[in-house]
Amino acid sequence: MKAAVVVFPASNCDRDVATALTQANGSPPKMVWHQDASLPDDLDLIVLPGGFSYGDYLRCGAMAAHSPIMRDVIARAKEGTPILGICNGFQVLCETGLLPGVLMRNAHLKFVSRDVHMTVEGANTMFTARYKPGQRINIPVAHGDGNYFADKGTLDRLEGEGQVAFRYVEGENPNGAARNIAGIYNEKRTILGLMPHPERHADPLLGCTDGKAIFDSLVSALS
Amino acid sequence: MTAATLTHAIDHGLSEDEWKHVLRVMNRTPNMTELGIFSVMWSEHCSYKSSRVHLKKLPTSAPWVIQGPGENAGVIDIGDGDAIIFKMESHNHPSFIEPYQGAATGVGGIMRDVFTMGARPIAMLNALRFGEPTHPKTQHLVSGVVAGIGGYGNCMGVPTVAGEVNFHKAYNGNILVNAMCVGLAKTNKIFLSAAKGSGNPVVYVGSKTGRDGIHGATMASAEFDDASEEKRPTVQVGDPFTEKLLLEACLELMATDAIVGIQDMGAAGLTSSSCEMADKGGSGIELNLDHVPCREKGMTPYEMMLSESQERMLMVLKPGREKEAEKIFKKWELDFAVIGVTTDTKRLVLNFKGETVADIPVAALADEAPLYERPWTEPERPKPLGEVPEPKSITETLSKLVATPDLASRRWIYEQYDSTVMADTVQRPGGDAAIVRIHGTSKAIATKCDVTPRYVLADPYTGGAQAVAEVWRNLTAVGATPLAITDNLNFGNPQRPEIMGQFVLAVRGIGDACRALDFPVVSGNVSLYNETNGQAILPTPAIGGVGLLKDVTKHATIPFKAPGETILVIGETKGHLGQSIYLREIHDREEGAAPPLDLKVERKNGDFVRTLIGERRVTAVHDCSDGGIAVAIAEMAMASGIGATLTTPANFTRHGFWFGEDQSRYVVTAPAADADRILSDAKLAGVPAQKQGTTGGNAWKLDGEDPFPTARLRELNEAWLPKLMGTA
Repeated sequence: MKAAVVVFPASNCDRDVATALTQANGSPPKMVWHQDASLPDDLDLIVLPGGFSYGDYLRCGAMAAHSPIMRDVIARAKEGTPILGICNGFQVLCETGLLPGVLMRNAHLKFVSRDVHMTVEGANTMFTARYKPGQRINIPVAHGDGNYFADKGTLDRLEGEGQVAFRYVEGENPNGAARNIAGIYNEKRTILGLMPHPERHADPLLGCTDGKAIFDSLVSALS
Repeated sequence: MTAATLTHAIDHGLSEDEWKHVLRVMNRTPNMTELGIFSVMWSEHCSYKSSRVHLKKLPTSAPWVIQGPGENAGVIDIGDGDAIIFKMESHNHPSFIEPYQGAATGVGGIMRDVFTMGARPIAMLNALRFGEPTHPKTQHLVSGVVAGIGGYGNCMGVPTVAGEVNFHKAYNGNILVNAMCVGLAKTNKIFLSAAKGSGNPVVYVGSKTGRDGIHGATMASAEFDDASEEKRPTVQVGDPFTEKLLLEACLELMATDAIVGIQDMGAAGLTSSSCEMADKGGSGIELNLDHVPCREKGMTPYEMMLSESQERMLMVLKPGREKEAEKIFKKWELDFAVIGVTTDTKRLVLNFKGETVADIPVAALADEAPLYERPWTEPERPKPLGEVPEPKSITETLSKLVATPDLASRRWIYEQYDSTVMADTVQRPGGDAAIVRIHGTSKAIATKCDVTPRYVLADPYTGGAQAVAEVWRNLTAVGATPLAITDNLNFGNPQRPEIMGQFVLAVRGIGDACRALDFPVVSGNVSLYNETNGQAILPTPAIGGVGLLKDVTKHATIPFKAPGETILVIGETKGHLGQSIYLREIHDREEGAAPPLDLKVERKNGDFVRTLIGERRVTAVHDCSDGGIAVAIAEMAMASGIGATLTTPANFTRHGFWFGEDQSRYVVTAPAADADRILSDAKLAGVPAQKQGTTGGNAWKLDGEDPFPTARLRELNEAWLPKLMGTA
């Protein structure tokens, strides 16, 4: 699998996701600077990592969505290149319109860093094939703006079309997200955005490997 | 240029004697810019004029110490070419005036101290002290400080992994915010601050200079009064985004060999960085202030030199390497300006608009800074503790204690800090010490900060030693070998002999404990004048320690692991109730002597526990501190959901046994079949140890009392802080 991780100024999970990808894939991804005009050719996967791109002093992800490299990211997305956006990466995907909805300030207005349980809503995509349908997994969240929101029609459509990828277990919603949504796909299920950080639960030394299957699923689907 | 006068000098915080000293070393009357420079360099904050004499007596060396105090941070060797660089620093005064920005810039400042030496920060800690929970300002201050620490650290992408929080009325008018940063570097890539050589370019990088924070160091060296909030303009504003860029740009440049010396612009900004670099390099520095990147038009040399704008660095490069360095900083969209040159004159010379606006011998600012051996008196000791009535039920008392300010869960705080970014956090907040893996290896560091201010007040010497011992114990309790400490000494007004006495004796205690435990001081910070309207804080020498786990899989954690295991207490229990949390919270008495500490026993007990962990013979470990054995076991139960069945030994008062705060103790669990062997090994090692009960069930069960559900204890423990913060 040929993967690239886009690095925005103040991305801060770029190394972490690169480590998880390297462990799953056997070779490291290309790290692409936000000011580069284009991504490498023949990519199998683009990752938008977590962090505080451009400081996120405006709406989270709003600046990054307009950075030079994003023109090519959007073009590749339209050609069908798979994209994984984690945390700030999910916010950027929503800001570009590649995914519907927005991520608002957490309902309790505070940053939240803890492990949450979520269910794998559909286990039949390139991102989740290694999970069992409905599997309950434990993944850390760490964000101030993870409160997913979209209008009722959009939410109904996401649910009806199987575009909800992960849902927080009832009672563990850490941010007030609509319908407990933790992650969503685009219509073709080539793009996944999620708030929790699977790359932080991908190494047995850290006590939990529930996030590893995302990277393993991608490697088997895209290699 | 206006000539300065005695009145100006006093307005700048200098004494009349210090003003005379300025006239002597200058051999003429200084102008206002020069006076400003003297005032910050000779402030308590920058010069350590009241504390230096005593700090010199601390042990600072060991075979694994690469750099002791005197640089931006201390450096220790952890093998395989890896070095750990760390330091703790206070941001007390600004955080009281403006909690969010004060705390945030405290975090930013300590991170710069660490990455300026070539390290990537890998862990953050903080030691916080607030006033009593019912004080009208406490909620606002807790909320602002915690948000500020999180706001800065989270954006930087460095996990905040451990800390401590106390509430006490002595901090009502003067909170303490101490932040510690731990970084990782290579032993052959450590950068120092000396501006060596003559004719080397002096380069300014980072943010532009604004009018914020002027006189911050002077403010931090004065007592507060009711008008202190008027000092809000002296508090700096943090920009973690720029700091993150500065971190990455500095590390990128450090991968080359272009840098001669580098220093962050912290307190007293451009003044202290240029003076200290020249002083350490034995050189002079000549700056052209026309080239300083400024945020506002019309800034004067005085303002530029005294600004404490954040996220700035000063570097001396090898000649001819400017272009290469500039390219890196431009890539990260940061300001880069050659603002001067090193000289061999040993003078700090500032030029502005074609005129020399300051010309001061560097030695006058550094070596010639005043040094005081302030008079001190032995503080009065508390009377011996009188009789304390026994409570009817230990269990009921325990259920109250776990919901008191100093023992309640800190979850509301640490969940606002990203503790897992960098994906190397093995033990998160809530353990005895945090464990952070060295990326890509199977070794790890353990780190924790501690001090028990009520012990220090009762007995500064023992309290100082106890702070070091408790850090050592916490690192030991996770299985780490303790290596070195940083100290952050927060005290009141040193011109009061009884406060100076607290300081002198606490430092003596710290030094003795460091020597006894082979745990040297490699960096530190002193914060004095923590008083408001003459009311001093509790003496609070916060100690931050770092230890090493060669094999991270051999570490211990707090939660019980299985039912039916034996609970053992390692270390001797005598039932010392003086200055205990139990005495304060249940009987409303802050009385008696601090618990005695025997450093030889401390070491023996700790070495024994560490060996058990290394041999994988214990399943859970927790140090015994605030609240005694009862609270330690309750925390192990709450963390696991598994209960415990316990018996009180004969010959003890029940409250003394369960809540006494005797030192050098640990609670461990082991499979029942292995417990006797541990006891016999302890006997051989000369370490007191006994069985205290068995894990199992879902309740706390003490002989002769009604069982109390573990889940209910946990609810009480978790509820206190959210309730205080109005988010329950």
